Amino acid sequence: MTMRAWVSALAVVTGLLAVDVAQAQTTVRMSWYSDGNEGEVIADLLKRFEAQNTDIKIVLDQVPYKAITENLPVQLASGQGPDIARVVDLGGIARYALDLRPYLKDAAYWDANFGPFLEWMRPQGDTNSIPGFMTQLTVTGPFVNKTLFEQAGIALPGAKATWEDWAKATKDVAAKVQAPFPIAMDRSGHRFFGLAISEGAKLFDAKGEPAVIDDGFKRAAQLVYDWHKSGIMAKELWGSVSGAAYRGANDEFKNAQVVMYMSGSWQIAQFDKTVGNAFDWVAVPTPCGPAGCTAMPGGAGLVAIKTTKNPAAVARVMEYLASEPVLSEFYSRSLFVPGHIGIAAKGLDYKDASPLAKASLKVFSDQVAGLSPVAYKLQGYANNRIIFNAVISRVGQAISGETTLDEAYKRVASDIEQQIAERNKK
Amino acid sequence: MTPPLSLRRSAARWLGLFVAALMRLVDWPMRWLQRLLGERRMAYVFLLPNLVFFSLFVFLPLIINVVFSVTGGTALFPSERPYVGGGQYAYLFDCDSFLDPGSCREDHFWRGVANTLRFTTFQVVAMVLFSLVTAVVLNMRIRGRGFFRAVYFFPVLLSPVVVALIWKWILQRDGLLNAGLTALGGQKILFFIDPGWAMFWAVFVSIWAHMGFYTLILLAGLQAIPADLYEAAEMDATPRWRAFWRITLPLLWPNLIVVIVLALIRGVQTFDEVFVLTGGGPGTATLMVVQYIYETAFSNQVQNFGLAAAASVVLGIVLFGLTLAQLAASRRRSA
Repeated sequence: MTMRAWVSALAVVTGLLAVDVAQAQTTVRMSWYSDGNEGEVIADLLKRFEAQNTDIKIVLDQVPYKAITENLPVQLASGQGPDIARVVDLGGIARYALDLRPYLKDAAYWDANFGPFLEWMRPQGDTNSIPGFMTQLTVTGPFVNKTLFEQAGIALPGAKATWEDWAKATKDVAAKVQAPFPIAMDRSGHRFFGLAISEGAKLFDAKGEPAVIDDGFKRAAQLVYDWHKSGIMAKELWGSVSGAAYRGANDEFKNAQVVMYMSGSWQIAQFDKTVGNAFDWVAVPTPCGPAGCTAMPGGAGLVAIKTTKNPAAVARVMEYLASEPVLSEFYSRSLFVPGHIGIAAKGLDYKDASPLAKASLKVFSDQVAGLSPVAYKLQGYANNRIIFNAVISRVGQAISGETTLDEAYKRVASDIEQQIAERNKK
Repeated sequence: MTPPLSLRRSAARWLGLFVAALMRLVDWPMRWLQRLLGERRMAYVFLLPNLVFFSLFVFLPLIINVVFSVTGGTALFPSERPYVGGGQYAYLFDCDSFLDPGSCREDHFWRGVANTLRFTTFQVVAMVLFSLVTAVVLNMRIRGRGFFRAVYFFPVLLSPVVVALIWKWILQRDGLLNAGLTALGGQKILFFIDPGWAMFWAVFVSIWAHMGFYTLILLAGLQAIPADLYEAAEMDATPRWRAFWRITLPLLWPNLIVVIVLALIRGVQTFDEVFVLTGGGPGTATLMVVQYIYETAFSNQVQNFGLAAAASVVLGIVLFGLTLAQLAASRRRSA
């Protein structure tokens, strides 16, 4: 046999083998968005899974956050979605989620470790399904530029300080160090409702239906409105755009223009990387109102999608990612507050985190125990984003000077009513 | 390096042979079709491929949109959506006074309508004026005329998102313009917080980005005006402004109509630039109708396709009216 014949034969055999492997492999498609470095971490973990499970190939689509909130629901409604997706609108996506229970080897592990969070992912009335697990539990809360406080010679308010105490302190600091933003709060419903519940907002009536506008809510809205009037909050976030658009102040905080930034635990990895040694930043406990000092829980979940053609393969991927050692590594490397009860109970060692990031993670983790039941109820409510969006849009209009707060209250109530009615139309 | 002549000739011969073979291949079915349909109906055969694409990607979505506008709920497929008749339109038009968007149930839609009207009015007037002046200047024998023609046209080549981002960086709190203002001893101006400034910059950026295109249309019109008319006017000692008024403007009128109508249609359709530049804010001061449609259909947790479809049907009717006006104006001119 000539050399050319040998090479040809080898090529044919290799080709046939490749075709065989390709035919035997099941492809699982995953949509993933990232706030920090978690995209790199998950890609690394999935590579390990593929090495151990050669019959499954995972296609990881790293997409922007907006693609998850706006495009994914349309994809899912048309039956063209991925097999697994990382989502934040857990209640909104619930009707498209696959119940993994029949495919899991140990469903009890999931019930024990993800139990309270599974309720957020289930459709209304469902008390049994296992749609996925939390890739992170988020807790809203403030970051403070400690260096600016030191430069101004003003002490940080204590653990039980009120929102008003913080407003006064940050205003004084900003005046002394010429910072343009004493307080910046993400233009987000989650951020606002931590304050509102602390001010006494109950949000739901006795039947469990939304009754958003009450005295507590009005107190919170008035505070935010007044802070914008007095310059404690700059209009660039809440007053500069229309509708329910999100606006954050990450860049301003990194550039030391913000004294106190009301955001949440998911920012830690980003600030750890981008702020570096430029200044000292700390997370502080959520300020208090007359009804408490609660933050808002939230987070992102990895959810299996019911239109998948390979539910068994999807379940294997999910079991691997949700297993305690893998998930511990994921939380630890991404600097996330764990959404796994067992890991949270044992405590997590964030090996790669700086001392500043570690301290912040501890503050946010400690906040979890003090979260108000109203905050949990709002997070678990399937239509919560209707409430969040109505509030952002209408309070934003009042802050920009387009309407009054009283008009905003009426519009919040009517927007919520109209959108829930539209969703319930069959 | 140019290939040798023999190679070029050979390539040309092969290309000719290929084209001839291709023609021969389509010749017999075309002849057969012509015999079957007759010569006059052959035009439809040539139009058919385009009509198929047009029907699939324009007419069909148009019909689906109208169907969506008479349905409700959040389901994606029309067959799963409940019929609500004119309910979405009734909701959109439920107003105490159309002049006060705050009195409407769907106030955001009417704020969008009011903003779009304001934006379009300012933008079209300013666009036509600046394009005309620029075209007249670029038509004169000035030094660096080719350079200036290119400079005015370059922004047209940029994507609207890029245009908006460039201007956003210039206009933001710590942007280039505020840096200049503070360097000159002035105060920073928060352009995106003030409704008046936000609308001004939305109009300005739109004019900056698209003026080159309209200038080009007017420049072509100016160059088509016979030079002997101006020579005759000059011999009669006609002042320049009078020549402009009596010769240039009347002869440029067909081009001006095209510019006005195109700018009007684009103004009503405005979305991308303003959305990226101001996000529709502050409040809803620069929220345009198309942004309202986009947000109603996709941004909210309840993706209200029915209401968005109804709003786009209303917008479509307005655009159809503008197109008819353009046709009427051009026909009157040519009659």
